[in-house]
This record gives sequence, C-alpha cells and structure tokens, in this order.
Amino acid sequence: MTHTLHRFGRRQDLTQDFIVTAMPARGFNDQNCVPKQKEFLRTALEYGPVNIGNAIKGAEHRATKDLRPTVHWHRDDAPDPEAVIEEVDRPTTVSAVFDDYEPMQAFVAKLVEMDLGLSVNISSVPDQAMKCCEECGVVRHSIEYSVGFRGATEKLPDDTTMELMTMCGHGMVSAAFARKMTDWVRSGRRTPEDATRYMARFCVCGSFNPARAEKILARAAEGK
Amino acid sequence: MKIDHQKCVACGNCVAVCPMGAIYIDRSLNRATVNTDECVECYTCFRGMSMEHLNPTAVRAVRRLLHVFRLRFDPEPDVCPTSAIVPDELSWPRVIRRAFSDVTATHESTGVHGRGTEEVKTNDVTNRLGVGRIGLTVELGRPGIGVWFRDVQHVTRSLAAAGVTFEEKNPVTSLMADRERGDLNPEILNEKVMSVIIEFNTAVDDIGEILRLLRKVANEIPTIMALGISVRCDETGHSDLEDILTENDFEFLRAKTNIGIGRAELAATPSV
Repeated sequence: MTHTLHRFGRRQDLTQDFIVTAMPARGFNDQNCVPKQKEFLRTALEYGPVNIGNAIKGAEHRATKDLRPTVHWHRDDAPDPEAVIEEVDRPTTVSAVFDDYEPMQAFVAKLVEMDLGLSVNISSVPDQAMKCCEECGVVRHSIEYSVGFRGATEKLPDDTTMELMTMCGHGMVSAAFARKMTDWVRSGRRTPEDATRYMARFCVCGSFNPARAEKILARAAEGK
Repeated sequence: MKIDHQKCVACGNCVAVCPMGAIYIDRSLNRATVNTDECVECYTCFRGMSMEHLNPTAVRAVRRLLHVFRLRFDPEPDVCPTSAIVPDELSWPRVIRRAFSDVTATHESTGVHGRGTEEVKTNDVTNRLGVGRIGLTVELGRPGIGVWFRDVQHVTRSLAAAGVTFEEKNPVTSLMADRERGDLNPEILNEKVMSVIIEFNTAVDDIGEILRLLRKVANEIPTIMALGISVRCDETGHSDLEDILTENDFEFLRAKTNIGIGRAELAATPSV
C-alpha cells in the first residue's frame, strides 16, 4: 500500500509516528549497498526505535515456525533486532520506526553525518519532516503526499481498525485480525501489549509502530 | 494457498488472519478452506502465522474432550497448531496475484519487492521526477477489498485517453499490451490482487484536470483508490504542491520526504 504513505489516523497520533527508510536505487547505487544498509539499522538501534525492518526478510517481531505447545502459557516473544540486521543480504528497503520526534531527528542528523549515499526518506506529517531537514542542515529533495482514499470508501472498516491495519504499509495486518485483537483487549482477554505483538508479527517490512498500536488499543478498550 | 485438510483441526485462527477474508470454515467438512477466487496469494497466512507441528489426531481428540466437558481453551491467535497451511504451485496467470500481493516477492520488471516502485523515494539519485513535473501514484485496492485487473484497465484506459505517459519502471506498465490505449495483457484481466499502483507524471499545468479525472474514475470502480502526489522541491526545499492540492480540495496529513542525501555511485549518472 505504497508502504507507509497512507497511514490512517488523527493528526495528534500521526505526529507520534515516524518511519525513516534507506533504499538503494536499482542500477545507480545498489552494488555493495548491503554493508551500508546494515550500518543504517545498527545505527538506528542507538536511538531507540520502536521497530526496525528489512522489507523482504522481516522485522523485529516475527512468526516462529517451530513453537512448542507450552507457547499458549509462556511465549518467548522478545524482539530480535540482531536477526533483522544479520539477514540483510541483498538490496532492500530497511527502516526504523520512532514514536517520538527527538530521537528520530537525532538519528537523521547522524545519517547525514555518516553520508552512506543511500536515499533516505522520512514518512511522517510533512511539516515535521521539513523541520527535521532544517535542523539537520539538509534541503528536502522530493516529497510525496498522501491525499487519502476515494472510490468505494463504504467498504473500508471502522476508524480504529483502519488506524491499526494501515500501520502495516503492505496490508498484511487484516481488518478481521485487528478487530479481533481490539475485541480481545476490550474484553480483557489480552493486554494491549500482547495484542500489539500478535499484529506486529504479520508486518514483514517493520513499518508497524507497536507503541502507537498499544495506545490505539488502550484507547479503544476505554471506549474512546 | 491451500489448507491441508488432513492436518487442519478447524481452530479458525487463519480465518481472521487472512487480509482478504478468503479463508472460511467449511461446516460440511469441518475444515478451514480457501476461497481461491478471493485469495490473492499474499502468503500472509503461511508466512505470518507461527507453527506448532502438533499431531492433528491428538489435537482433535483434545478439542473434543474439552468440548464434552464444556471447557474453553484460550489459544494464541496467530498460531496454526498443525502447520496445515500449504503454498500452491502457481502458474501463469495466477502467479501474477502473488507478484502484486506478497510483499516479499520481487517484481522482475522493477527489481522492487512488493507491488511498489521506487517512486520519488530514490529521486535524489535517479532524477526520475524532474523539476516542473508532478508525479502520481494511483493505488487501486485495499486489504479485504482487493482489485481485479479488469477494473485496473478501466482506470489505465481513462488515463491513457487523457494523454498521460505511464512510468516505464512500474509493474503495471510492464503488463500493458498497448500503452497508448492503456490496455493490459488480456490474460490477467480476471485475476485479483490486493492492490496495484499505476504511476505516471504530468506537467504542473495539467494537474487540475488529472485530479478531476481521477475523482470521476474512482467512483466508477468497485474498490478503493488511494492517491499519492509527488513533486521535486526547489533548491530551498520548497514546493508549490501543497497550494495546488488545497486549491483542488485535497487534504493531506501525511507524506514521504526524500531528504536528498543519496547519490549515484556508477560513472554513468543520469543528467539532471
């Protein structure tokens, strides 16, 4: 779904949702870009992202293919950022998600200083990215705006579900699953943290913002 | 994608997980089943669900026992207990579903994973979108709704009739049989995918007319249209696009900003 562009939500929520990506251009700078992409991810970890990802291999939260039956009572679901970094083995899009402006801006300032040569994009509310560019001493090169949904919009789910499912830019978090998790949190079957981890595992590229998802679920549980 | 009925225990976990709502419990079989018309081969169920590899007979026995005693088990919702989800061998033209719906699949035409393109994300390196031009990404389809290529063709034909030139390095463009008319390869028209992105650029002076056309066409197809509109900023980082969008009653809350620190590393860099 053009990756991170069409995230749905209220402005006050979207101002706490930043995705910084690094991408090589095919035929221009994609040779020998793997070490640079790993460096991007490793550096990102120093600034406390809420998620990192490699669009073709996976993110911090991921499915496990050899679970034991005890998983239903105790599940080792700690995020694994090192696996994300190690798995970068060919040109891809790598990303780091932040839920706060300051660490995101500090990370971008570091990227400018590192001069990796990869294209770096900030997906956010546009004026925040503009401010970040100014503070980092760079001039924004290009910008793509999301102007929302048109057509058969009556087929779209409710706002809470839209907020959750559009955080996976490729649509891998289904509306039914987002609704199910919202219902489970409302009914006390799971905490917002647990429900968020279930959803985050389906987002391969790592653009899902777990911190924002927890807030959305907690808000929904309170009936707001 | 298919469900191995020898293994499935009808727990129903995969039903909610499917972004297209294509998996259901067949009550006559008491097994999860995939509606192959609606399945877009996104692999979300196969890739995203954790697996337990339990013995199906044992799981069914435990479930029956719990049912008899009216006990309820609260399982993890993202787990297939018996690893019953199995990818199908895909052939043309069905394989096109996966190419546009599975984020990890890389398009041969663009080298970009998923259904996307580089758009302006690498514009600082490629200069794909020049000064004075406006780029448009017209995304058709959403999870749970999807889009048929016959409806995609309706949009590409309308755009072609308006004289747009489709982006060369785009998966939809690569499937066009006649780019002048916006005709797609007829073999794929009855294939459904989660979404596609039509991409082209236009002169600043023509954007109002294009936006009006897109508004009209969006109401002629049974799916969602999500528009992305891009521009190259001037040397001060400014763009007039926000004013243009406001003039045309388009609201924007979110954007992708290319911060301009990429560079080409090959000797033959494109002209600016």
